[in-house]
Amino acid sequence: MNAATSLKTVVGSAASTAPFDLARIRADFPILEITVNGKPLAYLDNAASAQMPQPVLDRLVQYQTREHANIHRAVHYLSETATAAYEGARRKIQRFLNAREEREVIYTRGTTDAINLVMHGYGRAFLGKDDEIIVSQLEHHSNIVPWQMLCQEKGCKLRVIPCDDTGELLLDEYEKLFNAHTKFVAVTHVSNALGTVNPVKAMIATAHRRGVPILVDGAQAAPHLRVDVQDMDCDFYCFSAHKLCGPTGIGILYGKAAYLERMQPYQGGGDMILSVTFEKTTYNALPYKFEAGTPPIAAAIGLGAAVDYISDVGIENIAAWEHQLLRYATEQVGGMRGVRMIGTAKEKAAVLSFNVDGVHPHDVGTILNEEGVAVRTGHHCAQPVMLRFGVPATARASFAFYNTLEEVDQLVTGIRRVQKMFA
Amino acid sequence: MDSKQLYQEVILDHNKKPRNWGKLEGASHHAEGLNPLCGDHLWLTLKVNDGHIDGIAFEGQSCAICKASASMMTTNVKGKTIDDAEQLVREFREMATGKLDVAAQPNHLGRLSVFSGVKDLPSRVKCAILPWHTLHAAIHEANSVSTEGEQDPVAVAYAKNP
Repeated sequence: MNAATSLKTVVGSAASTAPFDLARIRADFPILEITVNGKPLAYLDNAASAQMPQPVLDRLVQYQTREHANIHRAVHYLSETATAAYEGARRKIQRFLNAREEREVIYTRGTTDAINLVMHGYGRAFLGKDDEIIVSQLEHHSNIVPWQMLCQEKGCKLRVIPCDDTGELLLDEYEKLFNAHTKFVAVTHVSNALGTVNPVKAMIATAHRRGVPILVDGAQAAPHLRVDVQDMDCDFYCFSAHKLCGPTGIGILYGKAAYLERMQPYQGGGDMILSVTFEKTTYNALPYKFEAGTPPIAAAIGLGAAVDYISDVGIENIAAWEHQLLRYATEQVGGMRGVRMIGTAKEKAAVLSFNVDGVHPHDVGTILNEEGVAVRTGHHCAQPVMLRFGVPATARASFAFYNTLEEVDQLVTGIRRVQKMFA
Repeated sequence: MDSKQLYQEVILDHNKKPRNWGKLEGASHHAEGLNPLCGDHLWLTLKVNDGHIDGIAFEGQSCAICKASASMMTTNVKGKTIDDAEQLVREFREMATGKLDVAAQPNHLGRLSVFSGVKDLPSRVKCAILPWHTLHAAIHEANSVSTEGEQDPVAVAYAKNP
């Protein structure tokens, strides 16, 4: 059952610029060299946070040692340098998402912050009593709770797109949820708990046929598949840098300029104003209207470097290799006796949620850790998903492009040990 | 630490065959314990007579650490006075949070010291403590406890032993 020598595996796709050299890629990630409990680390918790490659680490150090000052403020050299790097990163992200304009790319603290920004800036301004918001059964809590808060405040209602037993959304039911009260849709691109890739392009078209704006939570999608916000035609898209080999504390809200312009600012403060008197404040133009206060400048620049890195590896190469990892892991783990897979949608990102019969996921996680295997165990901030599948929690292995087939084998060995201990 | 140390035979055995499993009819005290982070959920019923725990039972859904801890707790406090049980609650909590070194300091934990390994697994401390926290709540007639927020046993233990 041992994997073929995957370190020598070279896959390439026509759309990519360079062949995919796994050994070379792994050499870029210093953290992958550590051992845990005397075993080589198999980091399979990428859906929670991905690791940072050396070029991103180097960029952070370079910025902090040679370029740092506050941005958009002073006329001195360092401030100009920092501002140029910060805004340069925004342009990289614009290209990465294929956004029409730079000003449609707003820096946030992360996906959660981006969703909250839209809830405050759009929801609180334009939704009222009895209006309805559609979310899906597969949402992360961060795409549920802000909307619930809005419902509580404004008297709106939350409507939920159900999913089937494989973890695929029921699109007929989605269509039926629309009525004259529907004012907003917020759906995830990829389920964090199950890996389901939702057909967001079709879902966006459905919402638009009803004249309803739609936000797509791309936290689990942006690191793994090509995101083209113009082709998708979503009104809002958000993701976090740290799941994309970038730093924590920074994320992106993409929004169509037409919406962003009408929205109210989320937070008030410096940098988001044109002029302030005690009588009246005039807000700054996009994107600064939504970027109050000094942002995490280094993190934003780090995200720019991460986007460069991902683009150099090639998102198509990434998707192709992760697909192989998923297929191999699904065969190996899914084929084990006494292991139940949760989430078996046809279109999946490289996420494997599973339970070992008779063993609580936390025991699974602790014992896998002894084997050097890092997986997430728990409800994955998606309790409605757990409820739908009748489990309190699952163990989740989530892969990145730097993972190997041997690490899948290590996971399987770990699960065998769990089963043996609890036999 | 090695999980072999934590998942010792005695723990695996109590997980497989939990003692005092179920609900006591005519219980004088009861409480529900919840660890929302991992979904550990248990119900504890007690019969207390004249300051003595005459009967105790538990049921619920939980990980092995929590279930074995609950099972061994019931066998250890059955027949004890409330005061002795409360002392065990204190000592168990201190052991699990690394405040009590069972090898070096006097204590009444006996075989319960198999759980001392959780102190090195901060994410699992709450699993082991939850039954004890629930027992404390039942004795004090607070009928539900959570491992989170103000009732966080780890936070409480740290607050008491800064």
